[in-house]
Amino acid sequence: MLTDFFFQLRDGGVPVSVKEWLALLHGLEANVAQYRVEDFYYLARTVLVKNEAHYDRFDRVFAAYFKAVASVPDALVAQIPAEWLRRQAELNLTDEEKAAIQALGGWEKLMETLRQRLEEQKGRHQGGSKWIGTAGTSPFGAHGFNPEGVRIGQEGSRNRRAVKVWDERQYRNLDDRLELGTRNIKVALRRLRKFAREGAAEELDLDDTVRSTARNAGWLDIRMVPERHNAVKVLLFVDIGGSMDDHVKVCEELFSAARSEFKHLEHFYFHNCVYETVWKDNRRRNSERHPVLDVIHKYPADYKLVFVGDATMSPYEISYPGGSVEHHNEEPGAAWMQRLLDVYQKAAWINPQPEDRWGYYDSVGLLRSIMGGRMFPLTLEGLDRAMRELVR
Amino acid sequence: MRFTGTDAYVATDDLRVAVNAAVTLERPLLVKGEPGTGKTMLALEVAKALGRPLLQWHVKSTSKAQQGLYEYDAVSRLRDSQLGDPRVHDIANYIKRGPVWDAFNSEQPAVLLIDEVDKADIEFPNDLLRELDRMEFHVYETQTLVKARHRPAIIITSNNEKELPDAFLRRCFFHYIRFPDRDTMERIVEVHYPGIKKTLLASALNAFFEIREVPGLKKKPSTSELLDWLKLLVAEDIPPEALASQDSGKIIPPLHGALLKNEQDVHLFERLVFLSRRGRG
Repeated sequence: MLTDFFFQLRDGGVPVSVKEWLALLHGLEANVAQYRVEDFYYLARTVLVKNEAHYDRFDRVFAAYFKAVASVPDALVAQIPAEWLRRQAELNLTDEEKAAIQALGGWEKLMETLRQRLEEQKGRHQGGSKWIGTAGTSPFGAHGFNPEGVRIGQEGSRNRRAVKVWDERQYRNLDDRLELGTRNIKVALRRLRKFAREGAAEELDLDDTVRSTARNAGWLDIRMVPERHNAVKVLLFVDIGGSMDDHVKVCEELFSAARSEFKHLEHFYFHNCVYETVWKDNRRRNSERHPVLDVIHKYPADYKLVFVGDATMSPYEISYPGGSVEHHNEEPGAAWMQRLLDVYQKAAWINPQPEDRWGYYDSVGLLRSIMGGRMFPLTLEGLDRAMRELVR
Repeated sequence: MRFTGTDAYVATDDLRVAVNAAVTLERPLLVKGEPGTGKTMLALEVAKALGRPLLQWHVKSTSKAQQGLYEYDAVSRLRDSQLGDPRVHDIANYIKRGPVWDAFNSEQPAVLLIDEVDKADIEFPNDLLRELDRMEFHVYETQTLVKARHRPAIIITSNNEKELPDAFLRRCFFHYIRFPDRDTMERIVEVHYPGIKKTLLASALNAFFEIREVPGLKKKPSTSELLDWLKLLVAEDIPPEALASQDSGKIIPPLHGALLKNEQDVHLFERLVFLSRRGRG
C-alpha cells in the first residue's frame, strides 16, 4: 500500500530505505497516526526524513502525491447526483462517520478500500453513486483530502511541479556523485590529521607502566597519558559567486568533507580576492561582515590557512586599490593576502580550475606568486599535494 | 499511553506525533533544533508524562560509546590483586554499568536520554548501531549478553555540530524542533508563568522577537532565555512601558543580560539601538 508514494519520495530526492518504509507501515498498523491527514503527515515525516534539509523535498512530494489521489474523486463526484452531494456534505465529520472509519480498520485499511472502490468504479459507471454514497468518499473527505487537510504544502503548482521533476532527477545524479566525491576528498584531507596529546591524563600508558613497574621492583606503578585528539585547526576561505558558480558543486563537496574531518574549522567567504572584510553567511553577506583584522587577531598563528577559489579575475582586483568589483577598497587585495600569509605560515590555495588552464589568466599567476607557488588544483592528487604542503 | 505534553511542557502537534511514534514503535527518536528549544527537557517531560524512570547520558567530546554500556576498571583490579583483595577473583566486581545498561535492565520500560550526541567523536554513533537496533550488547570481560528486558524509549538530542552517519540515522526517527511561533510562545510562557500580566507579556514578546531579528548576533536568544528573562521581569516588577523601547530613556531593554549572552552581542545591540534612535530623533 502507498507504494507509489514510496517511489515518488525516492524519485523526489528523499533518501528513504525499505526499512524506514516498513517502520511507517508498522506505525500505521499500530495506529500512531489517528484519523487526520496532518497526523499521517507528521508520522511519515518523522519516520522517513532524517534531515531537516530534506523537509522541503518531502513536503513537495507529499503535496503532489496526495493532490493526485485527492483529485480522482473529484472526477467521480461529477457523476454523482446533486442531492447525494448535499447529504454527503452534511455527513462530513459526524460521529457515525468516525465510527464507520473505525469499522473499516483505520487509515491504512481506508486507503486500501478507497483504491479498490476507485478501481471498481471504473467498471461500474451506472451504479457508482450508490456505493460511494454509503461508504466510499465520505470518510475519504472527512479524512482531510478536503482543502483544509491537504493544506500542508500546497505551494507546488502544476506547472512548477513539472519543472521540479526534471530538477529532482538532475539532483539525484549529482547527489550520487557527491557521495563518491566527498569520500575521496575525506581520504585526501585525512592526511592533514595530526594527533596531539592534550588535556587531562586519562588513558593507561601501558609501555610506561610496565617500565616503571619493573623499575619499582614489581610493585605496580601506574602511568597515565592524555588522550589523542585531532589537533589540526583550519581557517578556510572560500570564494563565492561570479565565476565560481561553475565550481559550486565540487566546492560544496570539499566543504562538507572538511567539516566532518576537522574539529576546529572556521570558514569565511570572499569574492574573487580577500579584502578588508569577509563573511560567514552568504545570505547575509551585506549585513554581517567580519573584518579580516579581527580574524587575524582572533585565530592564533597555528591555524592552517586554506583558500578555495578559481583566482580568475581582472589583475587590477588584486594589485590596485579600488580594484574590487563590489566596493571601493582602500588597499589592494594583495596587501590583505600578504597580511594573512604573514601571520599564518602554513597556507595553500586550492583552485577548482584545471591546472592546464591556469596559464591563460594573469590573475592566477599573480596570486600564485603571492602564495609563493602554493597553489594546487582541486583534484585528489592536487589536494594530496596541498595537504603535504600544509603538514610540512 | 500517549504523550500529549505536560503541564510544564507545550508539545506541538508534530512533536506529539513524533514522540508517540517513537514510543509505540520502540525506536530511538533523534531530536534536533536550535539550542534552548527544549530538546533535553523533552526527555524529562516524556518520562514524567508516561510515568517511566529516566536515565540520562550526557555526551561529552571525550565520551566513548563503550562508556554508556559499561566500563571495566582494569587498573583497580590490578592494584587490588597486589593488595590481596578477595574481590579480585570476580571480574564482575570491576565492571561499572553505564546508563544504557541500566535502561536495558530496568524493571519497567525506561526513558533513556542520550544528550548532545554530536559532541562526541565522529565514530561515536556508529559504535551504538547494534545497541540501538537490537537493544542488546555483549560484555566481553564476563562473556555475557545483556539484552533489554523492555525496549526503552530512547531520546537522542543533537545540536547539529556534526553530520551524523547514515546508518545511524536509518535506525532513528527524526524530529526537528522548529523555533516556536508567536502563539506557541505565548502558550509556553503561560505554562511557565501563569498569570503574568498580559500587557507585560505582550511587550516582552515584542522586544524578544525584535532582538531575534537583529542581524549578526552571535547567539540569538531562545525560548529558555526568554523564560529566564520573564522571570527576572516579574521578580523586578518592571512596568510594561519600560519595555517599549521607543519612549523610555533607557538604551536597551532592562535586564537584557538574560537574553544576550555575549558582550559583543550586547555591544552590537546597543550600537544598533543608538543608531536607530538617532535616526528617529
